Amino acid sequence: MTEICLTGRAASPGLAMGPVTVLTATVASRKATGDPAREADALKAAIEGAITEISELIATVQGEVADILEFQVAMLGDDALAEGAYDAIAVGLAADHAWRSALDAEIAGYRAAEDEYFRARVADIVDIRDRVLAHLSGVSTVTKITGGSIVAGDDISPSTFLAADWTRGGAIALAAGSPSSHVAMLARARGAPMVVGLGAWLWNGRTPALALVDGDTGTVIFDPEPETRLLFEQRIAAANTARAAADAGRAEPAITADGRRIAVLLNIAAPEDLADLDPAICDGIGLVRTEFLFEASQGLPDEDSQYAVYRRILEWAKGKPVTIRTLDAGGDKPIAGLTIDGESNPFLGLRGIRLSLARPEVFRVQLRALSRAAVHGVLKVMLPMIADPSELDRAGAMLDAEFAALKAEGIACARPPLGIMVEVPAAALRAEAFGAAFYSIGSNDLTQYTMAAARDIGAVADLNDTSNPAVLALIARTVEAGAKRGVEVSLCGDAAGDTRLTTPLLATGLTTLSVAPVAVGRLKAAIAMVSS
Amino acid sequence: MHDVNASRTTEASVPLTASAVLVNPVGLHARPSVKLTQCAKGFAAKIELALMADGPWTDAKSPVKVMRVKAPQGATLYFRVTGSDGEAALTAMLALVHDGFGEV
Repeated sequence: MTEICLTGRAASPGLAMGPVTVLTATVASRKATGDPAREADALKAAIEGAITEISELIATVQGEVADILEFQVAMLGDDALAEGAYDAIAVGLAADHAWRSALDAEIAGYRAAEDEYFRARVADIVDIRDRVLAHLSGVSTVTKITGGSIVAGDDISPSTFLAADWTRGGAIALAAGSPSSHVAMLARARGAPMVVGLGAWLWNGRTPALALVDGDTGTVIFDPEPETRLLFEQRIAAANTARAAADAGRAEPAITADGRRIAVLLNIAAPEDLADLDPAICDGIGLVRTEFLFEASQGLPDEDSQYAVYRRILEWAKGKPVTIRTLDAGGDKPIAGLTIDGESNPFLGLRGIRLSLARPEVFRVQLRALSRAAVHGVLKVMLPMIADPSELDRAGAMLDAEFAALKAEGIACARPPLGIMVEVPAAALRAEAFGAAFYSIGSNDLTQYTMAAARDIGAVADLNDTSNPAVLALIARTVEAGAKRGVEVSLCGDAAGDTRLTTPLLATGLTTLSVAPVAVGRLKAAIAMVSS
Repeated sequence: MHDVNASRTTEASVPLTASAVLVNPVGLHARPSVKLTQCAKGFAAKIELALMADGPWTDAKSPVKVMRVKAPQGATLYFRVTGSDGEAALTAMLALVHDGFGEV
């Protein structure tokens, strides 16, 4: 037995080992009626059956998975998809042949696309094609995958992926496929390792029994030699141990090797991020982004709907502090009807607190909703993009006015403490001059404004480095200002979750870090290794 | 970023035109196409889109046809709208594109 080692592109991280299930196209046979009218009716019924089936599936899922299936329903519900098939049926072709050739032509169009995102839709159209064919023949063509197996094939459809049980391990190895495909998105969400673009199989007609999939490096080994398999098993065991340790430590307080207690807070972008999370894993919420409330398609949110969302988050925290950031629109986050179009440099334009102060009628609604929510827990409010103390003062005066107005109306409310994001060098350099109740360092913007380099511009991305001494000096300066004024300083940018930076960040004197929920275990494990 | 260079006429027979740049990360792919066609179907007006100012024009109410356009990020999307609620339809289309279909 000779092992076959193939290298492709990593599409979903992780390691997996298991028996190989090869996806084969099942061709169901069907007896044509020979009558164009009846063939057309059969196709129509099959398409409707497929739509009903997918719609039932949608009711059981949510988020990305639902989006993927809704796309399939929209395509199936569009007469333009079956147009060619009905034309062919009218001139005597059987329904299944007509549908298959019409859809194959559609698929060819996607396969020829220059853009990878459109090429990745091939798997969706194949899925649509096969589901309708299954309805035409009355036979299910979805290959049954045993949990824990390595699925090998040319490509895999979302339906096939969703029909398998991924809780028992397993992985995907594809000769074609794309990291941009819907299945790759699903695999990342379910934690199934996936490698694509492995090229034509070199099995010489013999199906491999066992495979090792490395979704981190994009390699797959079929029928490994005993020593290869042993090494891989050791890597899986090490990865499992590391993950188990991080997960077990999630609910423990974060303490450095030399005994310093570090507060670990959560960054969230919507209340849904808190679903299934135990408040015990954190010391509070360090950043609630509120941009999600302002999606233009839904119009600007009214006071009551904002209040309801803020209240829900505070109630989840059960008395732990929650820091909500006022609207941070503009820059790379445009909101129709609110932000300014066509600024020559949006990152240096009307964004964050500048926009809120320029649109007081929108800002006041948010301040009122926050003051009302403040009675339901420990709420702190933070202002983004502050550069000058006068901005904080103006916002503070507006908050005072809204709080007073609510009280006068006899509405339950409290005035939350008002702090600032430190993300503009001007704020870091003279943090002491701001009468803020707390400072929260936004390391993403602080880094890009200090280094004058955006992280999404590849040619200068190297310069966008939070561990640059200039950025660390501004962070240390802010920590010092907080200590002098006796107010809390935290850091809530991506740097907080980058465990390579944990040591230099804690060296600045920071004692509070705020990260995405998924990074909590990892960060706490990294903190435990730090000694000054 | 968008500009309404339309001849803002009240006559329904004269089409309104405008353009907007696709700002969402992956262009007019699956989810944006669904959103765009769903929005378009909410109007009585005939709504068409194209990658060039002079067409070829595609029915903005058909997800299959909109996907065939394969409009990438950064492409300028031209709209041509005819009908009594054309002005509202055009505004809604531009807002959707400008908003990055809620993906930005």
